[in-house]
Amino acid sequence: MNVILSLIISGVAVFGLVAIAVIGWLANLHVLFGVVIPYVAAAIFLLGMIYRVVDWGKSPVPFRIPSTCSQQKSLPWIKYDYVDKLDNPHSKLGVWGRMFLEVVFFRSLFRNTRMQFGNGESIRYTSSKWLWLGAIAFHYCFFIVLTRHLRFFTQPQPFFVTMIEKIDGFFQIWLPTAYQSGLLLGAAVTFLLLRRLLIAQVRYVSLPADYFPLFLILTVVGSGILMRYVFKTDVVSIKELTLGLVNFHPKVPENIGVLFYIHLFLVCVLFAYFPFSKLVHMGGVFLSPTRNLPNDNRVVRHINPWNPEVKIHTYEAYENEFREKMIAAGLPVEKKVASTESKE
Amino acid sequence: MYDGGKIITGLIIGVILLTFPIWYNLGAAPPEPDIKLPVKTKKCVAPKDYMREKHMQVLDLWRDSVVRTAKRIYVADDGRTFNMSLQNTCMSAECHAKKSEFCDQCHTYTDVDPYCWDCHIPPKEKK
Repeated sequence: MNVILSLIISGVAVFGLVAIAVIGWLANLHVLFGVVIPYVAAAIFLLGMIYRVVDWGKSPVPFRIPSTCSQQKSLPWIKYDYVDKLDNPHSKLGVWGRMFLEVVFFRSLFRNTRMQFGNGESIRYTSSKWLWLGAIAFHYCFFIVLTRHLRFFTQPQPFFVTMIEKIDGFFQIWLPTAYQSGLLLGAAVTFLLLRRLLIAQVRYVSLPADYFPLFLILTVVGSGILMRYVFKTDVVSIKELTLGLVNFHPKVPENIGVLFYIHLFLVCVLFAYFPFSKLVHMGGVFLSPTRNLPNDNRVVRHINPWNPEVKIHTYEAYENEFREKMIAAGLPVEKKVASTESKE
Repeated sequence: MYDGGKIITGLIIGVILLTFPIWYNLGAAPPEPDIKLPVKTKKCVAPKDYMREKHMQVLDLWRDSVVRTAKRIYVADDGRTFNMSLQNTCMSAECHAKKSEFCDQCHTYTDVDPYCWDCHIPPKEKK
């Protein structure tokens, strides 16, 4: 799909969602947008994620897929050191190491290389860390922002929420204190969007399914930042609403601004959209067959789970059946009649 | 399901983490903020709804005005004038004399820890 069309579709979709939230607010549909939709979105998110993970779990992976960049375990005199153990593990411990580095440090993005032309006709592959940097900033900031939001969903707040807030607002600039993670999150999403738009090859493989989540997250972050630093909302009323949601005693305070409803509705859409989009890699990363299986094709016998049940007739059974006739016909047999009788 | 044990375990851990606020709050009836408004004074420097949302900006403005330009007179929208001072105006005996019954109520509820008290001294309260 053409990049302009992709951008228009995603932009119109997000703009339409904002418009829906505004209309809902104007029409005083506070119960629908403040209670019903959040519950529905949370249910879709949880059940959808479970469905997707179970669905993946049902897919057989009969044979290891060694898409590795490293020496596999072989004869003892072939070098197999710790890098190979992590990159091409044959043991469970190595797989845990590889998964840990993948999930926590995004190692496969860290290994990203880029082809460049050197002098003359030579080409070289150089390390390219920008995607990794943008991705790690984005994911960790999102995680911190999400954790910080627990202050609206818990009472009293757990210690780690307060601790994260303290560290996040360490510089004590602005009032209310600026949280670095929120601002950095906006910057990281913008970077990832610009990267998609400005690099021709990446733009070529980008679709509305790529732009829409970026626009959505950007709008969520933007509305959140505006709400905290610029237009302000009644935080106590909002906490009454959010706390009512998680305590299953929903109530809708009157004086909450439209910006909050935009923010909440877009977050609900993000959650409901999550299991059916590329964002589901949150669960999928744990089930990547090329990452979470040891490369032990040559060590362990892997039996194909969809092999049909084959009725086998061994030579032993065949001979047992026809032994007397075979002997009568003068054919050689492995066992004499007497011995088979005693066995049977 | 293949490797069902591991996948189900992972799923259960995931669901437990994602539903953290639900089971963390279970049974605990959340104490809602109980603000005690001043008895003597009836009118704040700005309307209640405005102060609910933007008191921190008013205070920020006051601080900058006093510290940077030494201007201490605040003229409210309705023409009344105030001495810009957290301790002597906002928290005077006539107004929000008790931090624990006013400021702390919402701040604790929403886990906000403003750094006012790094410099200012809240009025002493009798227990």
